[in-house]
Amino acid sequence: MFETNRRGLLTGAASLAAVSVVGFPAYAKIGGKKDKVKAAFVYVGPVGDYGYSFAQDQGRKYLEQKLGDKVSTNYVENVSEGPDAERVIRQLAQAGNDIVFTTSFGFMNPTLKVARQFPNVAFDHATGYKTAKNMGNYNSRFYQGRAVLGTIAGMMSKTGKGGYVASFPIPEVVMGIDAFTLAARAVNPKFTTQVVWVNSWYDPAKEAEAAKALLSQGVDVISQHTDSPAPLQAAEQAGVIAFGQAWDMTKFAPKSQMTAIVDHWGPYYVDEVNRLLAGDWKPRSVWWGMKEDILEMAPWNPRMPEDVQKAAQKIVDETKAGTYDVFTGPIKDKSGKLRVKDGVKIPDEELLKLDWYVEGVQGV
Amino acid sequence: MTVPLAVAIVMSIAAAATPLLIAALGELVVEKSGVLNLGVEGMMLIGAVTGFAVSYTTGVPALGAVAAMAAGALAALIFGVLTLTLMANQVATGLALTIFGTGISALLGAPYVGITTAVLGPIFPAALADHPVLKVVFGYSPLVYVGLALTVAVWWFLKHSRAGLILRAVGESDEAAHAIGYPVLKVRYLAVLFGGAMAGLAGCYYSLVLTPMWAERLTAGRGWIAIALVVFASWRPGWVLIGAYLFGAVMTLELQSKAAGFSFFAPELLASLPYLATIVVLAIISAGRKSAKTAAPACLGRPFRAST
Repeated sequence: MFETNRRGLLTGAASLAAVSVVGFPAYAKIGGKKDKVKAAFVYVGPVGDYGYSFAQDQGRKYLEQKLGDKVSTNYVENVSEGPDAERVIRQLAQAGNDIVFTTSFGFMNPTLKVARQFPNVAFDHATGYKTAKNMGNYNSRFYQGRAVLGTIAGMMSKTGKGGYVASFPIPEVVMGIDAFTLAARAVNPKFTTQVVWVNSWYDPAKEAEAAKALLSQGVDVISQHTDSPAPLQAAEQAGVIAFGQAWDMTKFAPKSQMTAIVDHWGPYYVDEVNRLLAGDWKPRSVWWGMKEDILEMAPWNPRMPEDVQKAAQKIVDETKAGTYDVFTGPIKDKSGKLRVKDGVKIPDEELLKLDWYVEGVQGV
Repeated sequence: MTVPLAVAIVMSIAAAATPLLIAALGELVVEKSGVLNLGVEGMMLIGAVTGFAVSYTTGVPALGAVAAMAAGALAALIFGVLTLTLMANQVATGLALTIFGTGISALLGAPYVGITTAVLGPIFPAALADHPVLKVVFGYSPLVYVGLALTVAVWWFLKHSRAGLILRAVGESDEAAHAIGYPVLKVRYLAVLFGGAMAGLAGCYYSLVLTPMWAERLTAGRGWIAIALVVFASWRPGWVLIGAYLFGAVMTLELQSKAAGFSFFAPELLASLPYLATIVVLAIISAGRKSAKTAAPACLGRPFRAST
């Protein structure tokens, strides 16, 4: 997957030679030991979204706190997924950062493009599938958390109808919808998930309206894969259960939030920067989850019945132990066709390209 | 369609339309006086954060709404000084105001991220406001009624009051208005301040009613839709009302039909409906006798320098 080609290495060496001649303080080649690493982060939303980008920024702060003097960080927020991203990433690479973390799916191609132009800078892209000789990728197994949410939804829903406020039909989101629905149907075989696409990662007013539209259709669980707490607030007003996204959002919905999937990127960032410091950074494809502690569930809401708490905890424990995987067959798709045979797990490569919906998903 | 569903849909439409309506009416008055302020989005954000901060601190959402208006007007005053007194380019200054508003609201709002506040909720007694059917009339935030009343007020002001006539004269021909002795700059300042106050009020609708919280870029570009609505309505308050509710309806129906699981339309087509509707209505309006071009105030966007 990672190709190393000779020309790339030579240009790398040549530019390194060039900068040492003019005495530029810039980067040592990736691989050399470093005393200090300068790390940059690119966020798709505002760090004040109290959701995905906020959680990413908590990861950056964790990194600073853990490594102290050995790292300095900087970030750019509100970067739109498109041509503008390339400009921002290039600027960060030029500014002497040793490593640039680009934290949203849509930054994948811009990151790849810039990575080719800056062979001495390390790049890590989140939630995508492309890599290069100086670009790794990382992801969190969010779907493990979705399976916990699905279990809770399946057990607590009276109508057997769950609503799902979703952003874009990319593999990441499809995976979440499927995991949620599979887990819910494991406890309630009649459970259905109604999906509404809002075509945005962050648009509080539209997210709230989407949740309200779902509620008026009779769903009594709200799940979301958008970044603001707005759907959760709508659930709180309507008195139905819901789940926080990327961070513990209890404050917005003390009654409604049963739990939340909490992104905990810090340990990964520390690991990457440590590798740079030690001089053995290599592009990796990292896909960690609950076991590696980059994904946690927020404390169960005390309003959650005891048997539900137990069932949810069991999913968490078995996921950590590696004995439970929501994507284990038999799995039927939306049309009822058997897609995954009994006892077979969907392999990671297929999950990362997942574009079909399981039985029980509606509105897609 | 069931009654509760119909009630929910109507209420969603009003909720989506109200901030657009209030902000667009403010901008309409500004443009009628011959000033183009593209900073609506920025002023809305400043209003949203101020409204939230004051409501959270005092515990009185209504006070938050008043503060939001004041903050919006203050931001508009900066625009006024730059474009009216110092005669800076209005388009550039308006855009700068939006960028400024986005930044300063994020800065001021940082301590308020992650908390929630009391909702600026219904004013009628609970028997009416929570009634399953009657809430379609009585169950709204006061701002929804303010929006409707404001439409009538702005229409009456422009059409039937002397002050409104002067304001229109200033917007149509500043030289002539000045020659007769009307204070062109003073009129424009007042209009700009009013527009700012309305944008601030529209902004706090998001942070106090729709999603009672503060988060950066909370209004997510609605200020631009408000500006477009003014053109869409060819500078007539009644059409602003229709346009805002039409836009609200299309946005709501898009989500409702997805939630209901209608699959005979592709979701992408539904998502494009608000914009298609805008184009269709614009085409219908400009096909009429009074096209958008002739309906615009003649002095729109032109700086005024008093000749002595």
